[in-house]
Amino acid sequence: MRIRWATAAALIAAGVALTPGTALAAPTPSPGAVTVTRAGTSYLTATPVAAGQPVRVAASTGEYLYWSFPAAAGEIHEITATVTLAQNRNGRSTWSVEVFDGLRRRQACTAGAQTPTADASARTVGIGCTMRRVRPWAEPWSGDPLPGTYYVRLAVVDVPEPDLGLPIDVDLLVSTTDDAGSSADDGRLEAALVPPTNAGTVVDAEPTVAPESDGDDGWNLSLTGWLPEAGSRWIWTTAGGMLAAVAGVVGFALTRRPAIR
Amino acid sequence: MINKRWSSAVLLGLLTATTLAGPVPALADDRAEPPTEPPRVQLVLDVSGSMRATDIDGRSRISVAQQAFGEVVDALPDETQLGIRVLGATYQGKNKQQGCLDTQQIVPVGPVDRTQAKAAVATLRPTGFTPVGLALREAAKDLGTGTTARRIVLITDGEDTCAPPDPCQVARELAAQGTTLVVDTLGLAPDEKVRRQLLCIAAATGGTYTAAQSAEDLTDRLKQLVDRARDTYATIPAKVDGTDTCPGAPLLSPGVYTDRETFSEHRWYRVPVRPGQELRASVSVALDRPVNPDYGVLLRATTADGRELVRGVDAGSGRTDVVSTGLRWSAGDDAERAEGTDPTPTAGAPSTVTTVCLVVSNMFSPRAGTAADPGMPVELTVDVVAASSAPDGPDLGRGWVLLLLLALAGLLTGLVTGLLTRWWVATWRN
Repeated sequence: MRIRWATAAALIAAGVALTPGTALAAPTPSPGAVTVTRAGTSYLTATPVAAGQPVRVAASTGEYLYWSFPAAAGEIHEITATVTLAQNRNGRSTWSVEVFDGLRRRQACTAGAQTPTADASARTVGIGCTMRRVRPWAEPWSGDPLPGTYYVRLAVVDVPEPDLGLPIDVDLLVSTTDDAGSSADDGRLEAALVPPTNAGTVVDAEPTVAPESDGDDGWNLSLTGWLPEAGSRWIWTTAGGMLAAVAGVVGFALTRRPAIR
Repeated sequence: MINKRWSSAVLLGLLTATTLAGPVPALADDRAEPPTEPPRVQLVLDVSGSMRATDIDGRSRISVAQQAFGEVVDALPDETQLGIRVLGATYQGKNKQQGCLDTQQIVPVGPVDRTQAKAAVATLRPTGFTPVGLALREAAKDLGTGTTARRIVLITDGEDTCAPPDPCQVARELAAQGTTLVVDTLGLAPDEKVRRQLLCIAAATGGTYTAAQSAEDLTDRLKQLVDRARDTYATIPAKVDGTDTCPGAPLLSPGVYTDRETFSEHRWYRVPVRPGQELRASVSVALDRPVNPDYGVLLRATTADGRELVRGVDAGSGRTDVVSTGLRWSAGDDAERAEGTDPTPTAGAPSTVTTVCLVVSNMFSPRAGTAADPGMPVELTVDVVAASSAPDGPDLGRGWVLLLLLALAGLLTGLVTGLLTRWWVATWRN
């Protein structure tokens, strides 16, 4: 797990380094990133990709293609896809890319052609989705994007039935377009929204054992509880205090001057 | 840095899950343990008389299929166990009843002897009827029961000429049997009835349908599907039966579950959550049969006495495979202060565990003629992790305005102090 995150982080870092700071620039794959040639067919089998890693896969019209990618707080992700369609189609088809978070909750796109329609004669169709900035913390009751796994589902949502099953080629790229990092002030998610994939077990009885005490019960001399976390606010506030002291001395000196005269 | 923090958070979550699961101490190990079963896939090839037609790149359908099979067998990953079953391959007579029992397994599911498998496929000659339904049933038997998902790839050019059993109904029955079985279909003829039938089989089992138009298409797709069997076979959820009320509903530990829910049905589950823990649940309901275009799914978390805690909802219209939603809920401090939500307080000390009831309901409406039973596949994911506390307001400040304010306050204080000092000195001198 740790290694996977580390590689993901490295790839993300590579993606960030390459991608220009503006969201307008066309996303490009990271140099040296290995092209993914697979796609999953459900949430559980979604193929993991990293930001900046290009995907190229052959598929059939009507298939539901799933990928998953990790997201960290402060990032904005952009998904761009191009579907190369089969020739001799019977009519218009509408394509869609949908993004879900680790809890399979639908995530909004702030920009991009999420559900474009291709004419019967069109050779390719471009699909795009820019996501909201990932927040470091959100209330349990909210649907804000949080750090964790995200799922991308690409499929045709409206198509004449005779066109189902025709071959298509899908190019997809998930890129990080902007990374604001995260500040300690905004809170922190204790566990990222990474869903479990193990088969569950049905428990026979409700667990009634008291949770084991984790040493917090005794009086603790630690100051970390009420001291603010280390950060730029300490520097700003200290600098402000010193400035105030200097200003105080200056103010005091101003009132002394007439007495000297 | 963030990623490192994540991994520790994930570890923490795993630890919490292990602590919670009490009676199942091996849970954390289960997550990492790779399945010992090899991926198993069965190719089902139609060798009925219609396969003689020469309409794929000027070659007969059967020769294209034989070539594709040969290439797939050559490129087969070593660990994958492959079997081949044919239908309509031997009976040459006209008796339908007898012709519709004509299906044989020519390569048993297991480690593949490449030469033998290719030879077996090469000798096939298009012959008889098309008992797709029966072949599917037999193919599922060939794959046997086990703990991992299994795949059937069905290659056919004609609709089933032997119904009943209707192949689509057979596919739905097989999918409902509990073992995860996915049927991918490949159509070799651009025929409307065939397409409908194969689409129905694919939809019923969560598989795919492909119209193969050239030999290359067929070979590439077959290879992809066999590879997919290897990629996806390990992920199989536990089967659970939700109840129609919360008391007595199955108690779930973190993990993935599968269930079936029919139209207008509610399925209840329970999850124990300790104070300081956060419940995460997500649900997907698959549309494995034709339903009306507008639909939705609702997942609610309630207390044992029916008070709603939080809900997740999603709706849509048009073509889709699954509709899914999820929710988070954390046992806050107030729940800890004896909310009385635990329905079965044990003798002695009251339990601090909140039992949250989860109810899954769907807003699907069947089209005319759509069978209601068995219900639609429901996939439920439950996780219990450490709760995240709300961030406090910052105790310190930041920014130029703060500096300006502090400087002005300092200056003002200095001025006032100076003036007071002058006034006091003057008064004291007098």
